[in-house]
Amino acid sequence: MSDPTPVLRLEGIVKTFPGVRALDGVSLDILPGEVHALMGENGAGKSTLMKVLGGIHQPDEGKIIVGEQPVVMSGPLDAKAKGIVFIHQELSLADELSVAENIYLGELPRKRFGLVDRAELDARTNRILKRLKVGFNAKTRVGDLSIANQQMVEIARALTVDAKAVIFDEPTASLTDAEKIVLFEVIADLQTQGVGIVYISHRMEEIFKITDRISVLRDGQYQGTLKTAETDEEGVTKMMIGRTLDLTRVERHHELGAVALEVRGLSCGHLFQDVNFALHSGEVLGFYGLVGAGRTEIAETLFGLRNPSAGTIHLNGEEVRITSPTDAIARGISLVPEDRKSQGLVLGMNCRDNMTLPQVSDLKSGPFVAEGAEVAIFDQYRDKLDIRTPGWKQTVGNLSGGNQQKIVIGKWLSMHPSVLIVDEPTRGIDVGSKAEIHNLIRALAAQGYAVIVISSEMPEVLHVSDRIVAMYSGRVMRTFTSEEVTEENLIQAISGIESDKAA
Amino acid sequence: MTTLTQKDVGTFLAKQGILIAFAIFMIGFALANQRFIQIDNIAGVMRSSAILGVMALGVTFVVIGGNLDLSVGSMMSFSTIVVLDLHDKLGPALAIPAMFALTLLLGAFIGFLVGYLRLNSLIVTLGMLSAIHGLTLTWSGGKNMDIDDKAGTWFSFFGQDRIMSIPVPILIFALVAVVLSLLLAKTPFGRKVYAVGGNGQAATFSGIPRARIVFMTYLISAFCVATAGLLQASRSMGSQNTVGQGMELEVLAAVILGGASLMGGAGTVFKTVIGVLILGFIQNGLLLVGLDFYVQYIVTWIIIILAVWLDIAAKRGRLWSPIA
Amino acid sequence: MTSFNRRDLLKRGAIWAFILVELAFFSIAGRFLSVSDAAFMDLDNMLLLLKQSAPIGIIALGMTIIMINGNIDLSVGAIFALAAIVMLDSMNWPFMQGLGNWAIPLAWIFALLTGVVLGAINGLLVWKTGVDAFIVTLAAMLGFRGLVFMYNGEQPTSHMNWSLVDFAEAQFLGLHTPTWFLLGTVLILWLLMTRTVHGRNAYAIGNNREAAVNAGIKVGPHFVWNFMLIGFLAALSAVVFYSESGSVNPNDGMLYELWAITAVVLGGTKLAGGYGSIISTLGGVIAIQLLRKGLGHIGADTQTVNLVIGLILISVLILDRQLNSKGKEELKI
Repeated sequence: MSDPTPVLRLEGIVKTFPGVRALDGVSLDILPGEVHALMGENGAGKSTLMKVLGGIHQPDEGKIIVGEQPVVMSGPLDAKAKGIVFIHQELSLADELSVAENIYLGELPRKRFGLVDRAELDARTNRILKRLKVGFNAKTRVGDLSIANQQMVEIARALTVDAKAVIFDEPTASLTDAEKIVLFEVIADLQTQGVGIVYISHRMEEIFKITDRISVLRDGQYQGTLKTAETDEEGVTKMMIGRTLDLTRVERHHELGAVALEVRGLSCGHLFQDVNFALHSGEVLGFYGLVGAGRTEIAETLFGLRNPSAGTIHLNGEEVRITSPTDAIARGISLVPEDRKSQGLVLGMNCRDNMTLPQVSDLKSGPFVAEGAEVAIFDQYRDKLDIRTPGWKQTVGNLSGGNQQKIVIGKWLSMHPSVLIVDEPTRGIDVGSKAEIHNLIRALAAQGYAVIVISSEMPEVLHVSDRIVAMYSGRVMRTFTSEEVTEENLIQAISGIESDKAA
Repeated sequence: MTTLTQKDVGTFLAKQGILIAFAIFMIGFALANQRFIQIDNIAGVMRSSAILGVMALGVTFVVIGGNLDLSVGSMMSFSTIVVLDLHDKLGPALAIPAMFALTLLLGAFIGFLVGYLRLNSLIVTLGMLSAIHGLTLTWSGGKNMDIDDKAGTWFSFFGQDRIMSIPVPILIFALVAVVLSLLLAKTPFGRKVYAVGGNGQAATFSGIPRARIVFMTYLISAFCVATAGLLQASRSMGSQNTVGQGMELEVLAAVILGGASLMGGAGTVFKTVIGVLILGFIQNGLLLVGLDFYVQYIVTWIIIILAVWLDIAAKRGRLWSPIA
Repeated sequence: MTSFNRRDLLKRGAIWAFILVELAFFSIAGRFLSVSDAAFMDLDNMLLLLKQSAPIGIIALGMTIIMINGNIDLSVGAIFALAAIVMLDSMNWPFMQGLGNWAIPLAWIFALLTGVVLGAINGLLVWKTGVDAFIVTLAAMLGFRGLVFMYNGEQPTSHMNWSLVDFAEAQFLGLHTPTWFLLGTVLILWLLMTRTVHGRNAYAIGNNREAAVNAGIKVGPHFVWNFMLIGFLAALSAVVFYSESGSVNPNDGMLYELWAITAVVLGGTKLAGGYGSIISTLGGVIAIQLLRKGLGHIGADTQTVNLVIGLILISVLILDRQLNSKGKEELKI
């Protein structure tokens, strides 16, 4: 049997931006009816590749070949017309309109005078919905649907054209297990119709469950393609990071201090319920779980951004009510937030001002800000954290992601908190800086800080935490010590699987 | 950073473009009418810019904080009318603080709605424009205000006298400018205003009491409006109750001309002063060239749109909008 | 077209419930406090109410579409005044005088064209420069008003044509002419928003602009059409009103944008865009007019009326914010 023609082929794609070669000769081919995983660390080039494929960027070199023809993609609409459809992580729907209107957005069937042909619209939509075996109909308002169903609407949009390739970007991030099964059935259905599926994800279990082949990118370069059946997690990981994962458990060489923070029965509506844990000085407590497990919400509650609906918080043995971030900071709690650009930094301000913002009222000489003291603080943490910037006057928005994150960390370290909460410390940061930050966190613990680390990366949370709180759907499933945790039992816990050992 | 990118050149042109255009205008006006560059004309422009200028300084704080204040025009009418009225009822020594108190109360109300209740500042201040106008009409009974004994009071000091041959309004404008400039650029409060306007969410995450900061910006704006009202009342010793009508847009034009971004987080007091002067000279020039008074409105319209357009264009790197 | 859930129905019904409450309140309060003997809810009074709702009402209906798009138009008051001046002044032109009553529709056309052209200017500026609609129309509010004053200085512009006045004051099937224009506008705009591609796109653009753009909807021209539409409606409102009154002052129309926005927001349209309806705005318009009339009926003066409406606007804004927050679980930002 001769090899089938790939539905989609990328040859030698090169894309450079000022100062960085985002894609360096990437080639890929997607066969009809296969599920082809695209993997790589953050910053490996996956999203740039997708943007090139979708026509948002034009490649500097290389070809995109659909079927037999090389093509030029001029934009998402053009890509769709050529049979390449994207299902993005952020759903792009108008939630006030109906399912039908969303599916046919921009191409509503018309009658005379610009009137919408509603009968035709609903009929076509219902045909597609039937194929997907969904429980809602064409007239349902999209805003009323669950996330999983909204994703189905996106997929339905893909089916309005004769799709040759459908690209899924982290589709299961917000889905329950039952919803995932439905998604996989839909994917299988697409496969039988000869559609080529590109599956971008970090979740190993899924990759090894549904994909046929895995292609890996690292630092903009194509590393290779493996047949899923012929490799394993370690093999893929090695290709992704160029080394085997250092899953060494944390070794603590210092004594733990007193309990700095204790939380009893803490709940916040349906976001999280009945959370209990105790955090010692000198300890790193990791919080691991899927998106929506409630970890960030707990951090926000501890930082005064949310009001708990039940439960108590104790700082150094004393019960407290934390009413606002100002209050939390005054009590010695600092939060390095999840999204540094929208929550951690004022991008238009310079490095020094960003770093001293929480304490600017205390750095005074007379009624004015003591700018010398500010610069001293900036210099101190610039050296300590190895922040690369031409000077403190540099606008923070111009720094790289890693350096921006270091500014945020420096900002909070300079507050000398007793409890430091770090939410996704190394998201979107290059590998070198990642290691630096991990070492820093361990060093902080050794100095007596009480640290909470929230992370979605298993190697990270295993690497830095003394104990790990595994959460699923707002509940603490289990708290592991670093001796007893394994990848398997951790994954089980965060996937909702109960075990005999309680928290 | 050694290479100049196209974006840098574009940004430079956008910012200095306004100064260049202004320079061209000035030369044009001077050629058209000699009077334009005569000292007493220039002094006159600066003196009458003082009132608008003081208001613009206050609005600068509000805009840097990420909001708008469209009520300043009618609030200024209110201040002028109230202080004139109270002058004859309570005497100048009591009338002035009383007027300030009332104006600050209005500012506090707006600050509460926008800062603490988080309502949209455009709609709220537009509504307050109308409400305060009504308040002014009620207070004045629909009539114009006049001071009875104009010669027998020291009230005219603010608007008409000179200290060391500099008109008092200009001195007051300069004083307020210096104080506010220090407040904005050198104090923790000023820093926080920039933070709240630049990224309100990040400011909250840094422990900054966003509501209070926004509230304070409206108080500052009201204080400046009260000062402007004082200057106006003192200058003319009598006034119609629509004296401030339309000024909110001129103030906004001056602030925008000075380079403050309407999205918040950028701008300075000094630049607003420049904007005020530019606007003042353009208006003066138009009059001297013999154009209709209302041509100013058209020119202000063009200026506002042009200034914001160039600012946005510089930021996105393209002149024309990429909207499909 | 779209399913309604219960919460949605409650929201949409709120304004009508409010109107019923107003009717009840003023009827009862009127018995005790009224300066006149007439009942509040008599038929003539209500018909007059509809007629008086027309000027701001027609503008508010256009504003609904602009706000659903996520934009705003602050220049409608100035367009209103300028269109009125063009209509009345043009009838004074020599060649128009010669046409007798045929000058009337021609004058109307001039006025409507004025509105369309001014609206197009706003729309094109928003599209091509990318400057936010509120800044463009805020500046236009001043600029267009400048044109108004430049036309005839500070003098009123008048033209008396009795046939025109008769037509404007007439009643067909019991309803006044302005009321017919209002209802006609409601019908046409309702059809536009619920049944046409342009209308559905308007919701999409306001709801999720990026999704709309990615779907190939041409946002720029869409905006231009909508600004031309509201310019047309502002001019139409002027035509309807000034045909009867015959004289316009350069300050007329001041703050009409505020009343229009108040009616739209009161009716339930969100400031952020993507949500709202023509019918709800009609409710908002009637509610406000009812308030004016009712307060007048029980002896309140104009300033009190404006104050009450202002307070109601603030309450609605607060309510809008409360309803849009997710309650206890919201971040306290």
